Amino acid sequence: MQDFTRRTLLQGGTALAATGMLTGPALFDFAKAWAQSAPWKAEPGAKLTVMRWKRFVPQEDDAFNAMVAAFKAATGTEMNVFSESFEDVQPKASVAANTGSGLDLAWGLHTLPQLFPTKVLKMNDVADYLGKKYGGWTDAAAKTCKQGNDWLGIPVATNGGYMTYRKSALEKAGFKEFPKDFPGFLEMCKALKKNNTPAGFALGHASGDGNSWLHWVLWGHGAYTVDQNDKIIINSPETAKALEYCKALYDAFIPGTASWNDSSNNKAFLAGELYCTANGISIYVAAKTDASKKELAEDTYHALWPVGPVGKPTELQLALPILAFNFTKYPNASKAFIAFMLEKENYEKWLDGAQGYLTQTLNAYESAPIWKADPKNEVFSQASKRTLPAAGIGTVGEKAATAIADFIVVDMFANYCTGTKDAKGSMAEAERQLKRIYR
Amino acid sequence: MIEANAWTQLKHNRNWLGFWFMVPAMAFLIFFLAYPLGLGIWLSFTDTRIGRVGQFVGTENYEWLWDDSIFWLSVFNTLLYTSVASAIKFAVGLYLALLLNENMPFKAMLRAMVLIPFIVPTVLSALAFWWIFDSQFSIISWSLKHLGLINQNINFLGDTTWARICVIFANIWRGVPFVAITLLAGLQTVSPSLYEAATLDGATRWQNFRFITYPLLTPIIAVVMTFSVLFTFTDFQLIWAMTRGGPVNATHLMATLSYQRAIIAGQLGEGAAISSAMIPFLLAAIMVSWFGLQRRKWQQGENND
Repeated sequence: MQDFTRRTLLQGGTALAATGMLTGPALFDFAKAWAQSAPWKAEPGAKLTVMRWKRFVPQEDDAFNAMVAAFKAATGTEMNVFSESFEDVQPKASVAANTGSGLDLAWGLHTLPQLFPTKVLKMNDVADYLGKKYGGWTDAAAKTCKQGNDWLGIPVATNGGYMTYRKSALEKAGFKEFPKDFPGFLEMCKALKKNNTPAGFALGHASGDGNSWLHWVLWGHGAYTVDQNDKIIINSPETAKALEYCKALYDAFIPGTASWNDSSNNKAFLAGELYCTANGISIYVAAKTDASKKELAEDTYHALWPVGPVGKPTELQLALPILAFNFTKYPNASKAFIAFMLEKENYEKWLDGAQGYLTQTLNAYESAPIWKADPKNEVFSQASKRTLPAAGIGTVGEKAATAIADFIVVDMFANYCTGTKDAKGSMAEAERQLKRIYR
Repeated sequence: MIEANAWTQLKHNRNWLGFWFMVPAMAFLIFFLAYPLGLGIWLSFTDTRIGRVGQFVGTENYEWLWDDSIFWLSVFNTLLYTSVASAIKFAVGLYLALLLNENMPFKAMLRAMVLIPFIVPTVLSALAFWWIFDSQFSIISWSLKHLGLINQNINFLGDTTWARICVIFANIWRGVPFVAITLLAGLQTVSPSLYEAATLDGATRWQNFRFITYPLLTPIIAVVMTFSVLFTFTDFQLIWAMTRGGPVNATHLMATLSYQRAIIAGQLGEGAAISSAMIPFLLAAIMVSWFGLQRRKWQQGENND
């Protein structure tokens, strides 16, 4: 757990100064002015305990810490922030929800606030304030946090995952640009394998990478786990086509993807074994910041996910919503902090620190400097706009979150691609698992 | 006549005093063993999710599990994992124990070395095996390729059969020291005079083992194998760190599936049902050992049945 002091602020500021951000005293002055005019005044003696996911890009952490320290200095609110790995955020937030203590705010993944709608502080006023001020929320972000007309949390950002590839390998395979449709993408993967510069996408129990690209394949063929009424529709001709397509891709992949977790493609790409995968910007950031990988970084490019037969983007990007529990003793401080996080003076610098790992959910930030700072960042700016919510066309909520956490779609594709089951068997098993969850 | 109150009884009655001395231990067992077990079984009859209290749903969770192919795959995997790993751990452990019981140079050092896998934290050894069996970076594949024995990497953790072999191997590596050292302790309780007498009667080494070592070692074998089976059956860390139950659930054990469903996917009731379904298997393992030990009445100074 980290306690924020002026020293922390200055330390964070030093790190951020290197990238030309609003730091130290300037950030403090802004925070002080903001606190005086903000719609929410932190309760005297307020103390907030915040749990967030563990950062993947160190500079993002620096920016976040500087913002927290400035908020503390400006409002007098004590801030205790600690990080947990992706998988541990939800269980720990749930324990807090169950016991009614331990945390004031939790910043997690997917549809976290939907898991315990009766335990969260309604954020309608905060969402309204930020939405009006910054050009409105993206559709998927709003769906992720809303239940009826109520905002159960605030969609802070989206972690965008996009095609990450080696340009030289693509050119050698005869492709001047990254394919924009499914047939072109398959041809490219085949050509890459032929040149011994293979592509590879996780088919193992990889919460982020596995779920995102396989939902893209599924939705790209017009297939979904459930329809708008949460009726299970996975067993369909569209799913069968998606399975066939995925099998053809799998045959062209680097061997071993059925065992991959979320870090496997990063390792393989950075080791020069892999030439195309889907990932957040962290692979590129890691290559950029490692002097020994300069050539690899220069050769690494990003592209949008190709569009499937349905003719429109069908991406699944990772939502990152924050919530405040309704048992917090400091609801105003909680709301103030969340609103403060997303103010332009903070948010754009935070996006800058994240170097493309985080994408805005408020439309006004589309013009944030980070997206033009490096042409290779640009595709990530679209993640929140292009993604579907985690439920696809179904209802966002605990059942959809469970289906993703239980790897129903991942296992269905993996069963077929590895030859463990035929298409009918793979779909039947997925259907059975979904019935279990949606009963 | 005035009836003695509890305090008087405590002061004068040794049975009551004994009872009060037992209370802390009983409280400990109730709160830390019986209560969690009872709560787990209760949860398995509810639709409790992480984040909200559930309703009693009877045997619904079990009925869904009955038709769940992934659950049955996890049962198969658990039985395969436990039986193969336990059998090999026993064979290798017994061999090592017999070897280390002999007079040989550097015996103390060798005994200490055997313990190394046991003292390495499970997660660390699992991560090491994950690297050893990595699809792209396996040291085994690398070596074999450089020796010209294979052309491409072995898909250790990406192939269902290989993945099962790898996790069983890792479990054996971790579990052998426990079996070996415990059996060695048992071997050292066997009186050398028995071997001397048998040798004078012309017994061979095999006959020494078959008619002296093995019968005298049986009680400790029963205890060691009971614990070995229990530890293997409930293994979690090794699998979770190496494969997370993959590929395509081929290495999901009941413990890992229970964790995935209860904690990761939030369905506490269903996860508890999977955990509770482990109880009959574990009880069976204990009963086999228990009755095996009971039959050996010579331990209480009587003859064998």
